[in-house]
Amino acid sequence: MITIKNISKSCGKVEALRDVSLNINQNEIFGLIGPDGAGKTTLMRILVSLLLPDKGSASMGGVDVVKQYRQIRKIVGYMPGRFSLYHDLSVEENLNFFASVFGTTVEANYYLVKDIYQQLEPFKTRRAGKLSGGMKQKLALSCALIHKPEVLVLDEPTTGVDAVSRTEFWDMLGKLKQSGITIFVSTPYMDEASRCDRVALIQGGEIMTVDQPARIVEQYGKRIWNVKSAETYRLLNDLKAWESTTSVYPFGQYLHLSVDESTGKEDIIAYMQSQNHEPYVYEGFSIIEDVFMDLMGKQ
Amino acid sequence: MDTSRKIIEVQNLVKKFGHFTANDNLTFDVFGGEIFGFLGANGAGKTTAMRILCGLSKPTSGTLQVNGFDVYTQSEKIKKTIGYMSQKFSLYEDLTVAENIRFYAGIYGIGYRERRKRQQELLERLKMPEIKNQLVKSLPLGWRQKLAFLVAVMHNPGIVFLDEPTGGVDPVTRRQFWELIYESAARGVTVFVTTHYMDEAEYCDRVSIMVDGKIEALDTPRKLMEQHNAQNMEEVFLHLARN
Repeated sequence: MITIKNISKSCGKVEALRDVSLNINQNEIFGLIGPDGAGKTTLMRILVSLLLPDKGSASMGGVDVVKQYRQIRKIVGYMPGRFSLYHDLSVEENLNFFASVFGTTVEANYYLVKDIYQQLEPFKTRRAGKLSGGMKQKLALSCALIHKPEVLVLDEPTTGVDAVSRTEFWDMLGKLKQSGITIFVSTPYMDEASRCDRVALIQGGEIMTVDQPARIVEQYGKRIWNVKSAETYRLLNDLKAWESTTSVYPFGQYLHLSVDESTGKEDIIAYMQSQNHEPYVYEGFSIIEDVFMDLMGKQ
Repeated sequence: MDTSRKIIEVQNLVKKFGHFTANDNLTFDVFGGEIFGFLGANGAGKTTAMRILCGLSKPTSGTLQVNGFDVYTQSEKIKKTIGYMSQKFSLYEDLTVAENIRFYAGIYGIGYRERRKRQQELLERLKMPEIKNQLVKSLPLGWRQKLAFLVAVMHNPGIVFLDEPTGGVDPVTRRQFWELIYESAARGVTVFVTTHYMDEAEYCDRVSIMVDGKIEALDTPRKLMEQHNAQNMEEVFLHLARN
């Protein structure tokens, strides 16, 4: 559905994208996962014809994003990272406005936005600028959908949104997928990878890996130990100073420790005891964030 | 954490805007050197409470002290003895790192010699002395946030307020940021932090969760997980905020 071939783009001295290639299948939820400054927004803006690439090409549904930009704009629904609806228009007025810009009506495609928009209907006369974060996201998604696009391009729709609204938002994307739409979505939250069919991990303008989230974790291969003691910060520093440690990072209530091949559980316990920590060590699971940090180190 | 030393004392805080109650009878204490996570859904009333604690807004009713000062009558003293870092704005992008340090040192009345000393210390903690003369806007977001934190504690405040300091920051730098927090807490600075990353909630000594203007839970992450029979803080949060 979306083909991206060898795209590079510089913004001044900064190389925002370096030779990026991706293929996104029809009716897939594809996640572009990376921190601020990784190049996510630049790539999305190129896809929706708002920026021109320096090198390379891209198409959606066979339509070239540079040469056929008018057509691109008809088949894509785009939700930019910053809330970009009209603050001074009401909820209802915004939706009507976006429908009329695309030469359609709210009634014609209401079935597509119904589930999402129904939650907003009690507030339909409220100005968009006065909505809470979660409600703004719902309205922006409704407006991006109202012209019945084939592809949705969503730039960090869940940034700055609380954990409850984030879960709800991903549930909505799952439902939209069932109506046949292809969804290309970016996020800085690594844990959201599991809600995607496939993901690309991006950092410093380069794609580090592309696959199903479960396969990325499987192929990582490194053993992760969940360790903790009563003094987390001191333990972190002690483990950093240990010659057997290959990496150690805080993950919630535990530290994720990986050690060289010759070191086993008993050695970790012995080391922790030697540093006056009451040891708590058990084998844990690596998650996307472990892989991301590992790949960042190699880059 | 020093539980004999109360840095924040809040009793029955109420803040109303017209008929809307943004903070509905909040009561809690925060201790010296504690890392206190202040969580809640968007619109739960976190920012309102934080602005009151920083002396920027007056409560409708309730008794509140920050660093021993009364929020009704001594808000200027509160402002001098706290640090504050917002997500949106914390440093001047068109100034260099050194110029920003000088600017904030001036605001907090730190003299020339003392400033030189603290700038040196700050750059050492940041582990990046070479960025001294770079414009802030040329730095990656994560570095900027680490710098902003160190600038916010440069005047040795008793407590520092951090409003979503790590949003969008890459996973490695996000952890380095938390190491700065741990280090400061170990030196006795109280850290009052909001975040949407639930793994970060687990790094806190205690966590409060606000729902619709009320504090629905306040305890150590471990106890909250036990009480809600949850594997992690995300489950606790979803459980409380959804009901």
